[in-house]
Amino acid sequence: MDNPVLSVRNLRVEFVTRRGILKAIDGVSFDIGRGEVLGVVGESGAGKSVTGSAVIGLIDPPGRIAGGEILLDGRRIDNLPPEEMRRIRGKRIGMIFQDPLTSLNPLYTVGEQLIETIRTHMPLSASGARKRAIDLLAEVGIPAAERRIDSYPHEFSGGMRQRVVIALALCVEPELIIADEPTTALDVSVQAQIISLLKKLGRERGTAIMLVTHDMGVIAETADRVAVMYAGRIAEIGPVQEVVRQPLHPYAQGLMGAIPSLRGEAHRLAQIPGSMPRLSAIPAGCSFNPRCPFAFDRCRVERPEAITRGKHPVACHLYDSVPAAAEAVA
Amino acid sequence: MTVSTQASSTAQNLPTSRIGRFFDSDIWASFKRSKLTMVAAALTLMFLAVAIFAGVLSPQNPFNPAELDLLNSRLPPIWEAEGQAPFLLGTDEQGRDILSAILYGLRISLLVGFLGVAFSATLGIALGLIAGYFGGLADTLIMRVADVQLTFPAILIALLIDGVVKSVLGGDLDATTILAVLVFSIGLSFWVQYARTVRGSVLVEKNKDYVAAARLIGLPAPAILIKHILPNVTGPVLVIATINLALAVITEATLSFLGTGMPETMPSLGTLIRIGNNYLFSGEWWIVAFPGFALAALVLAINLLGDWLRDALNPKLR
Amino acid sequence: MTEKPYAEIKDLRRVFDVSKPWLNRLLEGGEQQFLKAVDGVSFQIERGETFALVGESGSGKSTVARMVVGLLPPTDGSVLIDGVSMIGRASGSERQKLRRRIQMIFQDPYASLNPRWRVSEIIAEPIRAFRLIEGESNIRARTDELLSLVGLHPADGMKFPHEFSGGQRQRIAIARVLASNAEFIVCDEPTSALDVSVQAQILNLMRDLQDRLGLTYLFISHNLAVVRHMATRIGVMYLGRIVEISGGHELFARPQHPYTRMLLDAVPDMDMSGRQRTPISGEIPNPINPPSGCTFNPRCPFANERCRREAPPLIAGVACHAVHEGRLASSAAA
Repeated sequence: MDNPVLSVRNLRVEFVTRRGILKAIDGVSFDIGRGEVLGVVGESGAGKSVTGSAVIGLIDPPGRIAGGEILLDGRRIDNLPPEEMRRIRGKRIGMIFQDPLTSLNPLYTVGEQLIETIRTHMPLSASGARKRAIDLLAEVGIPAAERRIDSYPHEFSGGMRQRVVIALALCVEPELIIADEPTTALDVSVQAQIISLLKKLGRERGTAIMLVTHDMGVIAETADRVAVMYAGRIAEIGPVQEVVRQPLHPYAQGLMGAIPSLRGEAHRLAQIPGSMPRLSAIPAGCSFNPRCPFAFDRCRVERPEAITRGKHPVACHLYDSVPAAAEAVA
Repeated sequence: MTVSTQASSTAQNLPTSRIGRFFDSDIWASFKRSKLTMVAAALTLMFLAVAIFAGVLSPQNPFNPAELDLLNSRLPPIWEAEGQAPFLLGTDEQGRDILSAILYGLRISLLVGFLGVAFSATLGIALGLIAGYFGGLADTLIMRVADVQLTFPAILIALLIDGVVKSVLGGDLDATTILAVLVFSIGLSFWVQYARTVRGSVLVEKNKDYVAAARLIGLPAPAILIKHILPNVTGPVLVIATINLALAVITEATLSFLGTGMPETMPSLGTLIRIGNNYLFSGEWWIVAFPGFALAALVLAINLLGDWLRDALNPKLR
Repeated sequence: MTEKPYAEIKDLRRVFDVSKPWLNRLLEGGEQQFLKAVDGVSFQIERGETFALVGESGSGKSTVARMVVGLLPPTDGSVLIDGVSMIGRASGSERQKLRRRIQMIFQDPYASLNPRWRVSEIIAEPIRAFRLIEGESNIRARTDELLSLVGLHPADGMKFPHEFSGGQRQRIAIARVLASNAEFIVCDEPTSALDVSVQAQILNLMRDLQDRLGLTYLFISHNLAVVRHMATRIGVMYLGRIVEISGGHELFARPQHPYTRMLLDAVPDMDMSGRQRTPISGEIPNPINPPSGCTFNPRCPFANERCRREAPPLIAGVACHAVHEGRLASSAAA
């Protein structure tokens, strides 16, 4: 990809505990381009939230970035001193968390929080900042924004609060937004509204969005490309149409089969035996091999690197051997 | 089709017994890290051991008149000129060995302390369980009584109850009864903190689904309280109890010092200090000083242990 | 042959008093406030089927579940399970007999098992409470059997809940429910807290057990896709009322009520057919002050004057004036 907004190369994040070093992320690489939405999907323990935290520089001890690079607009940000990272975090990277209740300070009005953020990063007067805040609230779909700007967070409903959080993330025009489970705490009908809002804003402003979630449906609706994570590594990454309709990695295949859908046969759901390994007990070789119906000897010994055989990168030995084997699976 | 339990502890070589898990836990690791705490713990254990084995360890039973000899009275500690073995810390005006008196006194102080804590903990936990689980009138009543009691210093309350009970029982009471009255008064003055903490935990636990599941199989409220909720609310109680032990010991010592506590026939450290106080200005400083040091060391050690325990058990600090 | 339904829920209501404390009302003014969590819900369940209640937050579905199972007394209405009422003057032992037959699986696998008890004790508790088996070794044999039945190892009985993952804990919760030989199981969002692949395992397990043991399920969920895989019949709830009841396939093939249609539309499109969607407007109103008439009217594109005045009754499985009046073209899903 040319000039990606965010480029992550071989990122490794570890947690140092009494019992040894836990590898939360072990060699993750991806790019996000301007105006693109990259979905990072995985189940609990896959490391998707840690990836988001690492990009934004919020990995606290005993966790640490153990290797790899994170580049924002071509420049490294993973090795910056905390002060500089703080500035980047507010101005160039915005963050949307899962729970709108705790993302907003209950003691300040929505306007006060927006204006404070705006004036920290932009040279605007108080009235200029206020006007900008009102415009933002209107843009994210808050009706009667010029009145609601003086309301407190608890006076908004859940969906409205999340819109305010989105406005807060956007107010200084970041190049990248990291959204960590932005719709999980919301009702389905509100989810749909928030999803379309995120898409619209990304497209209009050219903001790159990294959407971290366990909900494949949200990814299918919102993302342009998707990375499927498993036990701290990316199993498969590619255009969302391809990965969802014809997943290549056996884990992604199992995952798509396990998701109940509104169409098609309502039979038994396909299930993957076992569960995601704990960080302290990640299998050798390919971390998915104990649960994989296609595992062979090489899988138990050698960790697969991402291979692109035509379609999109997938980290699976099946695609590294005879083409016939790959076709048998796809 | 068996779902492999990847959390299998035997596969990970983790201990499975409760004791094994304790020594593997974060608490033990934090204990080993803090030298001060280890010293405090050692000291407390030593005091405990000494108190239990007072009869065996002390050179003399100072409260058995048969063992006393007036010829030994008013001897200073052994490192002074007139000191004499086996009276390491000197003797008082009746020839009682101070060291022995301290050992026996420790026993009484700790006994009152532990029994007092046991009483207030039991009372406090019970009331906290009832107030938290049933709410309504019971809750309001118990908590308002607690609020009122908290406005008074615990020592005053203990003094008050002590005085009232003694006047009700009247006349000359023997030492064991006095001990019981002391335990009762101290216990009654410290239940509030247990009740409040337990009530708070109960409020959280009673809304959890495992309590609903217990109701669904028809368990009556007392069974739910004792079998299900109680094991989950006792965490903070241990910390309170440890700190409370120090307070109980001091309260008893204060009462004894004021003359309303343990009598001279079965003295606690506080009683010894009171007795020794009379001889301070006649130059026999050891009669009051050593019991005083012993009391201070005991309370300090217990407090330090309680401090560490509170920090170790606080999930937010880990 | 019309057999009496296994479970009959009639006109169930539940009101919560959410007023400020008496003292505050005295000093600050303000009136008593009531929350009508469930406002006249009726449905029936046949033996051996899975009846699902679907709705978003504030719909009252969890409150209905708790009333059906006996954890919460209704303000009004009746719950009859196999002809026996959960409420009322049944004696203690009669109620206990009924309790054995109805059990619940809870949403949060981390709060539904007592963290201080060993797993085998948790599963054995109903056996002891209902005196189903005598003798320690017999009880032990049964708990081992139950653990195997739900896909765990008998040796797992010695462990504590925190040593298991969310999906495994739900299996333990299922084993506990089976321990009482229950025949009617109320499932309150049993897989909402689980990952997708684990959810598939648990849902499949529940279906297998239903086939083997002839269980009847009342399945509560907010996830329409999950419900589609599990339910024989479905009731859609909105703000305390049932707005539509339909067969499992019917509801998805031919949704009638405007809310049902919008809900189906709002579910993310996994197949990315790029279909055109009518966005749902607005959000669920404050349940303390619901709109008058049909509670859905502020968000409904088909609302008229009558909708604002009159609450529509449930007729032929739908509670909607527009449908009753024929104003709404019947839809077949695109």
